[in-house]
Amino acid sequence: MMIEFIPESLITFWNWLPVYIQIVAKIVLILVPLMLSVAYVTYAERKVIGAMQVRIGPNRVGFFGFRLWGLGQPIADALKLMMKEVILPTKANKFLFLTAPVLSIAPALAAWAVIPFDRGMALTEINAGLLYVLALTSIGVYGVIIAGWASNSKYAILSALRAGAQIVAYEIAMGFALVGVLMASGSLNLSDIVEAQAGGMGNWFVWPLLPLFFVYFISGVAETNRAPFDVAEGESEIVAGFHVEYSGMAFAIFFLAEYANIILISALTSLMFLGGWLSPFESMAFAQGSFLAETSMLWFFGKTAFFIFCFLWFRATFPRYRYDQIMRLGWKVFIPVTIVWIFVEAVMSVMQWGPWAV
Amino acid sequence: MGAMGGLMMKAIAHFIKSFTLWELLKGLSLTGKYFFSRKITVQYPEEKTPMSPRFRGLHAQRRYANGEERCIACKLCEAVCPALAITIDVAEREDGSRRTTRYDIDLFKCIYCGFCEEACPVDAIVETHIFEYHFEEKGEQIMTKDKLLEIGDKYETEIAANKAADAKYR
Repeated sequence: MMIEFIPESLITFWNWLPVYIQIVAKIVLILVPLMLSVAYVTYAERKVIGAMQVRIGPNRVGFFGFRLWGLGQPIADALKLMMKEVILPTKANKFLFLTAPVLSIAPALAAWAVIPFDRGMALTEINAGLLYVLALTSIGVYGVIIAGWASNSKYAILSALRAGAQIVAYEIAMGFALVGVLMASGSLNLSDIVEAQAGGMGNWFVWPLLPLFFVYFISGVAETNRAPFDVAEGESEIVAGFHVEYSGMAFAIFFLAEYANIILISALTSLMFLGGWLSPFESMAFAQGSFLAETSMLWFFGKTAFFIFCFLWFRATFPRYRYDQIMRLGWKVFIPVTIVWIFVEAVMSVMQWGPWAV
Repeated sequence: MGAMGGLMMKAIAHFIKSFTLWELLKGLSLTGKYFFSRKITVQYPEEKTPMSPRFRGLHAQRRYANGEERCIACKLCEAVCPALAITIDVAEREDGSRRTTRYDIDLFKCIYCGFCEEACPVDAIVETHIFEYHFEEKGEQIMTKDKLLEIGDKYETEIAANKAADAKYR
């Protein structure tokens, strides 16, 4: 916990503020760094994929005449998109066309309300946190479907169909994977789920729930419409999919939503399977007394960053799945695997193995 | 039965292979290896790739060492030009020699094939190493005789060096 580093006067001032201002301040404290991370994930993506293709990636735009390895690139991109005109197609449904980007970004941001960054450091501790997250990550697809329909364009509607079918398929596997987490932790509260994994690397849910971990993360990649599951975007077949008709800031918001979802899925995976803010060396002899054994936000950020890197790594490595292969994987592989593993878990819990040991 | 068993084994091997994500991990390890490899990007304005002496860039007209222009207005370049980019007018100069009064190359038509350079009996028209140029107004793309001679005067040492380097292959 970092509370002890904050001066007394600041805490008094904080407690003196009305509750609604405290909440708004907390939201700003979560969203501003989140938006910055979103911007810099786009930069990281270009750098990582560049490196994997033996290129350098963006390295020109910097600040105040210094190049700084191109760190100014996302800011420049954002400014460019803000300056551009938002073109409304003549025959588009104007209201839905402009609602769609909002619908896609709102859930991606709202889900952060229940994400605990450290022990006791979440905007709200609700006991249905897992359900809330599952519900919100599913709502995101409405943005895509509505964008596809409201654009009144053939490519966009094809993309909306693909996205809809894909997300329905993977939602089920994802939900079942979360059932596994629920069974292991006995709680829907994300903080409790993390605390149930206390005691070092060996106690993380990733080991007893290994198949569910893979199913969850891969379904997460599919849910965010990222390569290799990006048929909804499919540049080579349907131009840009649901956002062909979007430009300027409306397009940028879809972009932001996609990257916010990547960060969200990465954060959730690290919370539910890799023990969130818990240190991997918690109970190990060599780490005792040093910072390595302490729980800290940095562990959470590190684990999340690793999964974000995996997203980029996948995009640099895998060719896009064919549509029927995506459906086959979702319905005929992931759902049976998760169901089988939930039975295995039930047996394990009756026999009191793994996380159910008393 | 043996064939059946073989098929069975194959199916099981395939099953295990796909569930351990073997091929995906192989792909990831390949891109992972390249992630740390030395990058081959040439950072253009600061770094440049090496250029052949035969590189065909912007045109130039050359002079002899005594300052006399080489071009004798034989019109071979005009005849050989596949894009019809060269226009030549001829007249007799006071000293009785045959010279061009007009020698225009339209750079919008030119395809930089280098045939004019090959056709020239006196090495008058050449293509230089210059490839970073632009036009700001229409009409500027017509390279007149004066402009060509100016470029030739400016880059004569480089042009001569390139010609010398390539001479033994001609």
